[in-house]
Parts: sequence; structure tokens; C-alpha cells
Amino acid sequence: MELLNQIATSLQEGDDARVGELTRKAVAEKIPARQILDEGLVAGMNVVGSLFRDHEIFLPDVLLAARAMYAGLDVLKPMLVSENVPTAGKIVIGTVQGDLHDIGKNLVGIMLRGAGFEVIDLGNDVAPEKFVETATRENAQVIGMSALLTTTMTGMQRVVELLDAKGQRGRIKTIIGGAPVTAEYAREIGADAFGFDAASAVERVKELAAQ
Amino acid sequence: MRPLLDRIQQSEVLLADGAMGTLLLGAGLKPGGCPESLNLDRPELLEEIARKYFDAGAEIIQTNTFGAAPLKLAAYGLADRTEEINRSAVLAVRRAVGDKAYVCACCGPSGKLLKPYGDTEPGVIAQSFERQLRALTAVGIDAVNFETMIDLSEAEIAVRAAKSVAPDLTVVATMTFQPTRRGLFTIMGNTIAETARRLTAAGADVVGSNCGSGIELMVEIAREFRKAGTMPVSIRPNAGIPHLVGGQPVYPETPEFMAARIPDLLSAGVSIIGGCCGTTPEHIRAFRTALDSLRS
Repeated sequence: MELLNQIATSLQEGDDARVGELTRKAVAEKIPARQILDEGLVAGMNVVGSLFRDHEIFLPDVLLAARAMYAGLDVLKPMLVSENVPTAGKIVIGTVQGDLHDIGKNLVGIMLRGAGFEVIDLGNDVAPEKFVETATRENAQVIGMSALLTTTMTGMQRVVELLDAKGQRGRIKTIIGGAPVTAEYAREIGADAFGFDAASAVERVKELAAQ
Repeated sequence: MRPLLDRIQQSEVLLADGAMGTLLLGAGLKPGGCPESLNLDRPELLEEIARKYFDAGAEIIQTNTFGAAPLKLAAYGLADRTEEINRSAVLAVRRAVGDKAYVCACCGPSGKLLKPYGDTEPGVIAQSFERQLRALTAVGIDAVNFETMIDLSEAEIAVRAAKSVAPDLTVVATMTFQPTRRGLFTIMGNTIAETARRLTAAGADVVGSNCGSGIELMVEIAREFRKAGTMPVSIRPNAGIPHLVGGQPVYPETPEFMAARIPDLLSAGVSIIGGCCGTTPEHIRAFRTALDSLRS
């Protein structure tokens, strides 16, 4: 549909005002919220995600596209709720305790929202207990943890241990990522998945949420 | 001592120090702690590290002030102690080296993202760097090195801030590049050619790269900087990309491995060579031996 294509294109251009305006127009034309989301906003973010993965565009472009995506999501949110549109899943994300770097984590959050997930972002410097408590209370399927420093990444292991102690491990899945983090480290601490970059993190989370 | 920039302009190659954070962690800095709070609590430790690098043969010693701009210190509630934190770091290095080595202030990125893709006004970042630079230059430094920069726009702001506070101060500005199938870029998408051009235009005396990769990729990065123009280049590689052994990061590149590639950096026309994450006084000593044997 032409209008939805225009939403996707404006989103890729980072034009938040236009995405908001076109989304309102689509709603006024009685296009179902689910379709506006999938064929407009999510379709646009998919293109942004693969261009970013291929280094055709860079972080500033993604951040501007994300702002445009949120402009559309804000318009759609009440309709998605009233139309009972299910999300792709619920995930709690954050940067582990002691780590104040959040670019990577924010990027993953953007891509997950762009893929239709409900994302609860706990921010930076998140204590292991807070990850586990929030995921349990919110009934999230996945906890996503990021670290940029080799010195802070040990906090990830603590989350896996806490889930284990509370009998939640396996029910709430864990995925980890960040510059110093490797697939080997994920295996070593018993995390369920490793995200090499934002795009692969979204693929892994989709698999985890489907289990 | 002759001014640092004079020596570089007469084609001398200067050796800088290696990693600071790696040694601080070894000396008991708590993971997640503010590395610059040690400037207040344990200045003798900074002096000891500076002396180790000086004894290893480094001629440029950096201060422990990577995160000591007030915007960064605010995360630890230490913004109002910006002046004493920076002052203490400079004094510690000066005590260790006297006037036998150059004291170079190390300044890292603000940790904020600029508008429109981020939420921070350029003026806020400029003021933060200016306040840090005023604190550093009040004590007396020979140069400043803005390092591990990922956003060229922020690096330009930093260089201009330094030049506005201290027009005669030697300003080095280095960024971190990643290899992609399309070439080398910062994570914000800046190329080396663009970096060299814009940082020079902003007033940087030396440009280059630090962190992010081991020495082999840094040789390529150095060659690209040389292709981009004639400005002096500073290169500070990591000791490779770390992997974890028993929860501890291990950097794979040994002093011998890295020192064996010093001739490649020289033929790429580099003016300042040092080390970033994972490099130690042993690495710098090996670099010194390699440089001296090439010179003779």
C-alpha cells in the first residue's frame, strides 16, 4: 500500500514529523493498526537494520530512524492495545552493574522494538537482582544484558545464577552481548544465547521467545 | 626539553606510554569503580605507573584523566571535584618524570551523543572539555591527547575547546576505527580521510588512531592517514582483542609480536607510537628497543 510504503521510506530517512503525520493519516483511513505497524514501521526498520548490518549506514542514521519509529509507535500504541494486537514477545534489557556504556544496548532495544517486541529498558548499571525481579514481575520471556567492559561482564553470570536459584532458569531465557562478550563466554556462564551484533541479537531473541 | 611538536616536525619518532586502566585494575581498582577517583585516593599509584613507563623508555606519559571531564565525572557524583582530580593526575606524572618526559593529558569522549541523533547540545560538551582543559593547563601540561573518539563532530568540539583554552597547547586527537567490508569507519561512520581533514581544520596538531584493534590493523590505519595528508600521525594499538581466561581478560599480542611490527609503523610515517588497552611497560620497553635499533 502506497501510504504504508511512504511511512517506511520516511522512517528510513529519519523524518519523525512525517512518520507521525503519515501514521495518523493511515489511522484516519481506517487501516488496521497491525498492518500499519508491520507494513509501515517494522518494514522500514527492517531495511534500516540490514543497511546498518552491511555498514551502508551508521549509528546516527539508526538513531534518527528510531526516533521516527517512536513517533509512529506513539500514534499507534492506543490502537494496538484496543485491537489486542499481540507483541512478538517481552524482553527486559539493560547494561550490567558498573557499566555505563549504553550505545550497544540502546541499539538492540531499537531493533527489538522495530521487530515488534515489547522492550523494558532498565538502563545502565543494572544490578543482577533488578534484572531478575523485573523479568519475573513483568512476565518477560527473555533478559538481555550488555557489557562494554571486561571488568563488568561478570555480572552476567550472577543473573544466570540468580535465575537458577529462583527456579526460573529455562523459563526466562538470557541473551548477552557487547564488545568483550563472546559465544564462548555465553556458554561458559550458561547464558542461552549470544548476540554478535544488534541484528543477530534480534534473530536470537526471536528464537528464544518462540521456545 | 625541546617542545614536542618541534621534534615531530623534524621527523623524530616519539614513544608514548601504554595502557593505564589495565595496570590500575591490576593494582586493585574495583571493576565498575571510577578510575579517576584514584587521583584523589592513591596518587602515589599513578606516580608509580608513570615511572614504570618512563623507565621502560616512554618519552610521552599520559595522565589518568580519560574520564575526568565533568560530564563524565557526574555519573559518579564527582563533577564538583573536576579541578582537584585533574590537578592531582598531572602532578603525579610530573613528580615521576620531572622535565625528562612530556606530560600529556589524556581525555576521552563525553559519553553523550550530540543532537540531532542524541540529546546533548554541542555547547554542553564544549563546556565540559573546556573546564577539564582549564584544570589541566593550570598545573602545566605539554600536550593533550583526545583519544578513543568515535564521533568526529565531538572530536572537533574537543580540539576547538582545547585551542580556545590554550591556543599554544599541542593537541593530539585520535579516533577508534573498525574494519568493515566497505573499509575502515568509526562506529558513527567517519572515514580516515574525513577524520584527517576535519580534525586538522579544527586545529589538531597530530591526528591518528588508538584502541579497537591490534597492531596489524593499526599499520593499515596509519597508511590510510598518511594517504590522507601530511599531518603528523599518532598510533596506539591495543595488544590485540582480549579473550577471557577464567573470567580475566587476556590480550594476545606479546611485546615481541608488537615490536616486530614497529618498522611497518615507521615506514607508514607515524610520528608518535604508544600502546592502548592490554599494553604494559614490557611492551613499551620492546618498542623502545625496536625504535633504537632502527635509528642506529
